[in-house]
Amino acid sequence: MSIFFSIAVRHILSRKRQSFVSLLGIIIGVAFFLAISSLMQGSQNDFIKRLIDNSPHISVHDEYRNAKEQPVQKLYKDRVVELRSIQPLPETRGIRGYKQVVEDLKRRPGVRASATLTGQAILNYAGRDNSIVLNGMIPADMKDLTTVEENMIDGSVDDLISNRNGVIVGAELCRRLMLERGDNITLTASTGQVRTFKIVGIFRTGSLDYDDKQAFTDIKRVQAMMNKSNRANTIIIKMDDSSKAQKLADEVEAATGYKSVSWQEASEDIMSTLAIRNVIMYTVVSAVLLVAAFGIYNIIFTIIMEKQKDIAILKSMGFLAGDIQWIFIIQGCILGVAGVIFGLPLGCCLMLALEQITFEPPGVSEPIQMPIDWSAPQFFIAGAFAFFAAVLASYLPAKKGASVMPVQILRGGQ
Amino acid sequence: MSVRDVTRTLLGEEIEVTLVKNASLDIETEHFTAITGPSGSGKSSLLYLLGLLDRPTSGTINMLGTETTQLSENDLAQFRLEKLGFIFQFHFLLPEFTAMENVRLPMQKLGKLSVKEQTEKAVALLESVGLHDQIKKLPKQMSGGQCQRVAIARALANDPALVLADEPTGNLDTHSAATVQQILRDIAHTEGRAVVAVTHDEHFAAVADKRIHIVDGRIQGN
Ligand SMILES: Nc1ncnc2c1ncn2[C@@H]1O[C@H](COP(=O)(O)OP(=O)(O)OP(=O)(O)O)[C@@H](O)[C@H]1O
Ligand SMILES: [Mg+2]
Repeated sequence: MSIFFSIAVRHILSRKRQSFVSLLGIIIGVAFFLAISSLMQGSQNDFIKRLIDNSPHISVHDEYRNAKEQPVQKLYKDRVVELRSIQPLPETRGIRGYKQVVEDLKRRPGVRASATLTGQAILNYAGRDNSIVLNGMIPADMKDLTTVEENMIDGSVDDLISNRNGVIVGAELCRRLMLERGDNITLTASTGQVRTFKIVGIFRTGSLDYDDKQAFTDIKRVQAMMNKSNRANTIIIKMDDSSKAQKLADEVEAATGYKSVSWQEASEDIMSTLAIRNVIMYTVVSAVLLVAAFGIYNIIFTIIMEKQKDIAILKSMGFLAGDIQWIFIIQGCILGVAGVIFGLPLGCCLMLALEQITFEPPGVSEPIQMPIDWSAPQFFIAGAFAFFAAVLASYLPAKKGASVMPVQILRGGQ
Repeated sequence: MSVRDVTRTLLGEEIEVTLVKNASLDIETEHFTAITGPSGSGKSSLLYLLGLLDRPTSGTINMLGTETTQLSENDLAQFRLEKLGFIFQFHFLLPEFTAMENVRLPMQKLGKLSVKEQTEKAVALLESVGLHDQIKKLPKQMSGGQCQRVAIARALANDPALVLADEPTGNLDTHSAATVQQILRDIAHTEGRAVVAVTHDEHFAAVADKRIHIVDGRIQGN
């Protein structure tokens, strides 16, 4: 065993109670750091997963990101051109040649795509007009690309396939209008067309507004109602690897010219909120460890003050200033390592306890657990941070200990 | 070992304090040299200079053929480790280590012997100062005289050429003092090392091979 190590150990043991208290500080610091950061990370992962699963990875809209360049601007590329009161020509909106775009997308491995046509409709019921967003899709794709099927509380998307006049509506609308599966409703489109649909399914997402306003049916019905045959206004894309969405979105936009929004772009604000939340969380849990590091600073400083004579005699014997510094840094390492060794299991206990807590978010029928991230990086970050804090806390007093001048101490005698 | 025209001054608050003034002396092996003088005359200061614990403001200290005033702090430490041994008025043993472990410390730092050899040598040194039955005791379990003898054994751990002692018996009763004095003389005469001791004890100084008397930081003519 190294001589520095044995001196370091005996110094710590010579102040058992104080060392134990500062060790306890580190242990608790590590445990809290671990538990809180894995809870935050877990809930973030859970949140992002929901975000990705519940919405398309990419939506291609029937609009352009930037206004079209005018011919006169093309002509005078390096001049300033001022145009006033430009008005676009009225055109039938929708993605032109959407079937081809969808076919091309489907040919890529790991990519699923489908077109949707969304339009406004009025549901007249008991003398009241209820505005409804009618989403038209190919029913088979609806199962594959959306969460409608998962949110069904009554009926199934399959019934849309068998009943071409079927519609799926939200639970809130049904509650308000006292509708049930099997009832007929009459919808009026903005074009003036009126059609009768049969309710074949009811879904509930938990969001009242969504459950009140959205309705799903076959894309053909919507196209006919809106006078937009062979048109779609959105192409939705799901990918096996959602992290590649941004790249594909850029490709699609470059190829078709239509605005393609990846889930990363769509939830940029949420992502930056999560990043801020992480900064706050790490600041708070680091503060816990920082306080613990002060405990280590304190015990090592105390030891150095108490061991001035020992340092003086060691130096007169031929120990270098660096050796002395090393002895005290080893003490910081010992406390740090011990803190991590006992702190991580304690943190696991806290995490297990947190997992016992269940709660019921609105709209979800069965209670869910607190999401905890048990992945290795959490343990590594907590351990490494605590160890680093402990070493840093010992480094400062160790430098002071190393600078003790033997002559001054020896002259002073006992 | 030769010291030539060494002066050590301290820049205190406002006034400059001269601890040692123009000291020149030679120290020979197999000699027991005593430094005497009134309190505050600069005996300890001179000893720290000889022991390379302090640097002279001017003058040269040549030790075993090496000019030491130009050496770096780490070189001086290595020199002390290999060539010098210190004994102070207080034993300054590490309280958490046993007698044997305290004696072993300088050998461990030097790292030239195996652990087994270190232990054997430490035990032999403790036996030579008459402590064969105290090997496993902690400093607080021993008397002042016994601790001081452990400190002597520790000073001899790396076979130093020069042993320096600052009032080694100042804190001991007459009987213990006599034992320590006898050991120090033996170190010089039978083991062939140079021993320099600061002392207030007239009898001890009287048996020295050489006496250096110092008053107000100046060495008095022999
Ligand atoms: N840090 C210091 N600042 C100012 N003066 C000092 C300092 N250290 C020592 N002195 C002075 O230097 C002189 C020599 O001190 P030194 O310790 O060498 O004396 P000494 O001969 O060993 O005395 P004693 O027999 O009491 O041990 C003393 O007068 C002391 O007051
Ligand atoms: Mg003195």
